[in-house]
Amino acid sequence: MTPSQKKVLAAAVLVAAAVFLLVAPHLLRPYGIFILSTWVVMTIAAIGLNLTLGYAGQVSLAQAAFVGIGAYIAAYLTTRGWPFWSTYILAGSSCFVVGWALGYPALRVQHHYLAFVTLAFNTLVYLIFRNEEWLTRGIYGIMNIPRPEVLGWSMARPIPFYYFLLAHLVLISWATWGLIRSPWGRAFIAVRENPIRALSLGIDTRRYTLMAFALGAGLGGLSGALYAPLTQFVDPTPFALGLSLNLLLMVIVGGSGYFFGPFLGAVVAVLLPEWLRFAQGYYLMGYAALVMLLMAFCPTGLLGFVDRVLTSKPKTTSATPPLAGTPAAQKAAG
Amino acid sequence: MSPVLEVRNLRKTFGGIVAVDDVSFDVHEGEILGIIGPNGSGKSTLFNCILGQLQPTAGEVFLHGQSVTGTRPCDLNRLGVSRTFQLLQIFPQLTVRENLILAGQEHQGTMLSRLFGRRDAGLTGAANQMIEFFRLGHLADEKAGGLSYGQQKLLDAAMAFMAGPRLVLLDEPAGGVNLTMLQSLRERLKAINSEQRATFVVIEHNMEFVMALCSRIVVLAEGRVIAQGNPADVRRDPKVIEAYLGH
Repeated sequence: MTPSQKKVLAAAVLVAAAVFLLVAPHLLRPYGIFILSTWVVMTIAAIGLNLTLGYAGQVSLAQAAFVGIGAYIAAYLTTRGWPFWSTYILAGSSCFVVGWALGYPALRVQHHYLAFVTLAFNTLVYLIFRNEEWLTRGIYGIMNIPRPEVLGWSMARPIPFYYFLLAHLVLISWATWGLIRSPWGRAFIAVRENPIRALSLGIDTRRYTLMAFALGAGLGGLSGALYAPLTQFVDPTPFALGLSLNLLLMVIVGGSGYFFGPFLGAVVAVLLPEWLRFAQGYYLMGYAALVMLLMAFCPTGLLGFVDRVLTSKPKTTSATPPLAGTPAAQKAAG
Repeated sequence: MSPVLEVRNLRKTFGGIVAVDDVSFDVHEGEILGIIGPNGSGKSTLFNCILGQLQPTAGEVFLHGQSVTGTRPCDLNRLGVSRTFQLLQIFPQLTVRENLILAGQEHQGTMLSRLFGRRDAGLTGAANQMIEFFRLGHLADEKAGGLSYGQQKLLDAAMAFMAGPRLVLLDEPAGGVNLTMLQSLRERLKAINSEQRATFVVIEHNMEFVMALCSRIVVLAEGRVIAQGNPADVRRDPKVIEAYLGH
C-alpha cells in the first residue's frame, strides 16, 4: 500500500471510530457508558506513558501513581468545595513537577534499573494513599466526589459526563499530536534512539528526558482528575502497581511510539474484558497468551503489526524480485 | 589571534591504563588537521576528552582561547563544535531530511519556540541544500535506515555540518566507504573547508585519504604525540614508520 492509500485508510478508520464514540452512549446502558468513560480516562493516562516510554524511551512503572495523585487531589479538593477546573489544573501541574523529579534517576539509570526505581515510587505513593489516613482517609477512601458543571450545565448524568470526558480526550490528543510533531517530538525520538549522538547534535538530552517524564506524569495527573468524578469514589486499590503494569501493557500492546497505540491498547485492556465476559476466567488466559504471541512475533504492538502488513509489498507470482534488465523487470517498470 | 582549538597537556587514564598521555597541539582557523596512529593509540579517547564525552584526568582544552574543558557535548555543540563518530550514528527511523533537521533544530530559537513554533524549525530549506550538496537528493524522504552504508556515511557527515559549525571533528569518515564515495566525500569536505572557512580535525586510518585531505598531521602512538608536521615529512619520519611497522 502506498503512503497516500494508507492515509486514506487511516482517515476512514478514524472517522468510523469518531462516529462510534459519538453514537455509542445512546445505544448503551449506564454500565456500558461507564466502561466507555473508563476507556477515555485510561487512554489519557496511556497517552502520557506513551510520551515517556514510546517516544522518549524511558521505562516507567509509576504511571498509576500519577493517576492516583491526580485522582486524590481532585477528590480531596472538590469534596471541600473547590471548583473542578482548579483541581484539574492543580492535579496536572503537581504531577508534572513530581514527574520531573522522578525523571532524575532516569538520567543515571536505564531499562530495568529504571523500571525498579519507578516501581518503588509507585509502591511508595500507594502506601501513602493507604496509610496516611489524616490526608487520604486510607482504605475507607473519599466518597461523594461531585461531577462538574460546564457553563451552568450539569455533567452529573452518565451521558453528559461521557461527552465531557471525550472532549478532554480530543483536546489532549490534539495537544499531544502537536507536541510529537514539533521539534520536541523529534528530540524525544533522538533521546530514545541514540542519546550520545543526540547530545553531540546540541540536543540537551537531560532536559528532554526530564520533560518527557514530566509531561507523561502530567497527563497521568489529568487522567486521575477525571477518574475521580467518574467513579465518584477514590480509594487506594486501583492505583497499586497492577494499574501501572496494565498501562504499560496498553502502550506496548497498542504500539509503543505510535500515536494511536494507547487508544488501541486501552481498547484491549478496558473494553475487551467486558466483551469477553462470557469467557469468564478464560479471558485472562487468552489475553496473556495473546500478549505473549504479540511480543514474540510483533514487538511493535498491534499498530506495528498493521503497519507491517500494510507496507509489505503486494504479493507477486515470484517470491524474488525480477532481475534488472529481464523482460519481467522491464514490464514491472512499465 | 588565538587558535580555534588548543589542547594542553591532556591526559586520560582508565585505572592503570594511560590512554592519552600529555597530548598538546593547536588547530588554526581553516586548517584540516589529521590525527593518525595505530589502533589503540588513543585517538578516539582524545576526541571524547576534547568533546566533553569523557572527563579528562588532567590538562585543558581551549576553544578560541576560552577554556571548555569538561563542557557538556550539547553545550559545546551550541558553541559551534560538531563531530562524527567512528561508528555510524544516524537515526534510522527518521527520513534523511528529518535527520538533518534534527541536527540543526537545537540551534534555532528556544525550548519554547521549538515547542510552539514551526515543525521544521525553519530548516527545510537548509536541509534540502545540505541534501543537494551531499548528492542525496533522490533520497530526501527515504528512511535513513534504508540507505546503503556509504550513503548513511555521507548523511552522518552532512549532519555534522547542518548547524554551520566552526570546528568539526571527524572520527574515521572514510571507514568502510567505497572508492567513488570516498572521492565524493573528500571533495565535499574540501569544499566546505574552503567555502565556509570551517576548521577540521580528522582521525583516519586511510593514509591516502589523510594525505590528500589534511594540511598537517599529528601522529599518536601509545597515547603520546610522536610526530607532527606536513604530510610529506610525517610520512618519512622514522618514529612514525617504527610505530606503524615496528614490534
